[in-house]
Amino acid sequence: MKKYEILGNKDTRSGFGEGLNELGKINPNVVALCADLIGSLKMDDFKKNFPERFFQTGIAEANMIGIAAGLTIGGKIPFTGTFANFSTGRVYDQIRQSVAYSEKNVKICASHAGLTLGEDGATHQILEDIGLMKMLPGMTVINPCDFNQTKAATIAIAQHNGPVYLRFGRPKVPVFISENTEFVIGKALLLNPGTDVSIIATGHLVWEAIKAGTILAEKGISAEIINIHTIKPLDEEAILMSTKKTNCVVTAEEHQKNGGLGDSIAQLLSEKFPVPHEFVAVNDCFGESGTPEQLMQKYGLTSEAIVSAAEKAIKRKNS
Amino acid sequence: MKPDITYLKQLSSQVRRDILRMVHAVQSGHPGGSLGCTDYLVAMYFHFLKHQPKKFTMDGKNEDIFILSNGHISPALYSVLARSGYFEISELATFRKINTRLQGHPTTHDYLPGIRIASGSLGQGLSVGIGAALTKKLNNDKCIVYTLHGDGELQEGQIWEAAMFAAHHKVDNLIATIDYNKKQIDGSTDEVMSLGNLKEKWQAFGWEVLEMNGNNMENLITTIEKAQTYLGKQKPVVILMHTEMGQGVDFMMGTHKWHGSPPNDEQLKTALAQLEETLGDYK
Repeated sequence: MKKYEILGNKDTRSGFGEGLNELGKINPNVVALCADLIGSLKMDDFKKNFPERFFQTGIAEANMIGIAAGLTIGGKIPFTGTFANFSTGRVYDQIRQSVAYSEKNVKICASHAGLTLGEDGATHQILEDIGLMKMLPGMTVINPCDFNQTKAATIAIAQHNGPVYLRFGRPKVPVFISENTEFVIGKALLLNPGTDVSIIATGHLVWEAIKAGTILAEKGISAEIINIHTIKPLDEEAILMSTKKTNCVVTAEEHQKNGGLGDSIAQLLSEKFPVPHEFVAVNDCFGESGTPEQLMQKYGLTSEAIVSAAEKAIKRKNS
Repeated sequence: MKPDITYLKQLSSQVRRDILRMVHAVQSGHPGGSLGCTDYLVAMYFHFLKHQPKKFTMDGKNEDIFILSNGHISPALYSVLARSGYFEISELATFRKINTRLQGHPTTHDYLPGIRIASGSLGQGLSVGIGAALTKKLNNDKCIVYTLHGDGELQEGQIWEAAMFAAHHKVDNLIATIDYNKKQIDGSTDEVMSLGNLKEKWQAFGWEVLEMNGNNMENLITTIEKAQTYLGKQKPVVILMHTEMGQGVDFMMGTHKWHGSPPNDEQLKTALAQLEETLGDYK
């Protein structure tokens, strides 16, 4: 199992904030909007450095999405910022009609996704956002795994012409992707080659997948670990190539099983290469208050859960 | 430029004929509000807008931009777009038919020249118009953004989010117009969800408010000219446009019943007899 050095502990939202500020310097068409969460979204630097290109919308997310759609008329590239819950479920129809159906070049940037928002509880812990966004025709859906990848993704999506949903989180988590790693939309990252099981993870679960790979290696199991940061469009080639080698798969994500990454991969495999598939995801329930660690433990989104799922998948393959 | 009122009135008559023939042909669509807003749309597309119908671009740089928020009055918009040269007048015959670019509600999806945003789900166009106006300011583009909304549409909360934003951010290169016909699908706005004192509401939100008779070409011209004099003064501008749903066809006026119902063969004949064919019907 390849060793991954922890380069630091940082929140992915700060990767977004740095990426956005960088974009401000290099792309004069980039503008940003925020619905009263500048500090939470780490948009302070962009606001300070590019005040004429920053718009505070107040607590009015529907209006923020509509304004972002309008800003594209004339060539601006708007980045909207609020919590993932208010970036998707709350404004679904605005995104559907004014952004996705109208094919507007809006980047919907969403922090505090999933359970790791923590103590605020289920009202704020959206676990359905990937599903909501990936169902929209033409929408690109990205869920990076650490600070460096989030920063690189933020910069990369400005170059992509079309609507994008960029999902990141609140807590400080290990940084392990080198800052020189190129971010290519729709291209999977192979983190560890293996032969017994494919572990395909996104977001905060990627680090858990790496930890699981180490535990499995100690048990003599060779896990191939793949980071899917772009859930749509899905890197079908990378997933099929890995699965044809290992013949079983585990998917891991901080999202509902319904509508998430695992669901996309299950569709792909059922059509092209059916194999045993185990899901590490939230199973049709809401979250609750607690620390991020407690919640990930309680809802089974840990390296241990990935190890069990991998063993189960291998057993099913061999039975 | 002095408007040719006679020509504008001829256009209105022809656009009304187009609307009735379009909704009749597919036995679906929304004639009531379309007929009510015809004079306004004619005044916009044939007098006020600085635009290049033959060279449509999505960005519309250095052109005025018009955003239709109440997308269900698409027949009226399609007619003025075609007759001002965005596409062939004959394409009006494809309205709401399979594979058409003239979808039931306007969309950018099929690259119909003249459409810059999809509308249909109500309440979204004011935000979009404000965004386009902000981009004009950032681009140092002195042209204007116009938006049109139904009065029933003001029951959507997003409208008031946008109203608050425009005043706070001093969006003073935008003129919103409300089709104040006091009717919606289920009945009068007073019965369904009263709008209260609209003038005072918009004023309280920090907007400059004007009123006009949207079915009187002379009054339309002078009021919109006046509205333009309020631009650039740190306040957004709204016009409460009093109209009659179904304007121009006697049996369609004074009721909400023709909001979303097409005329039958007999009714079409009666209606067309009241509207002169001034510029030739589409084939």
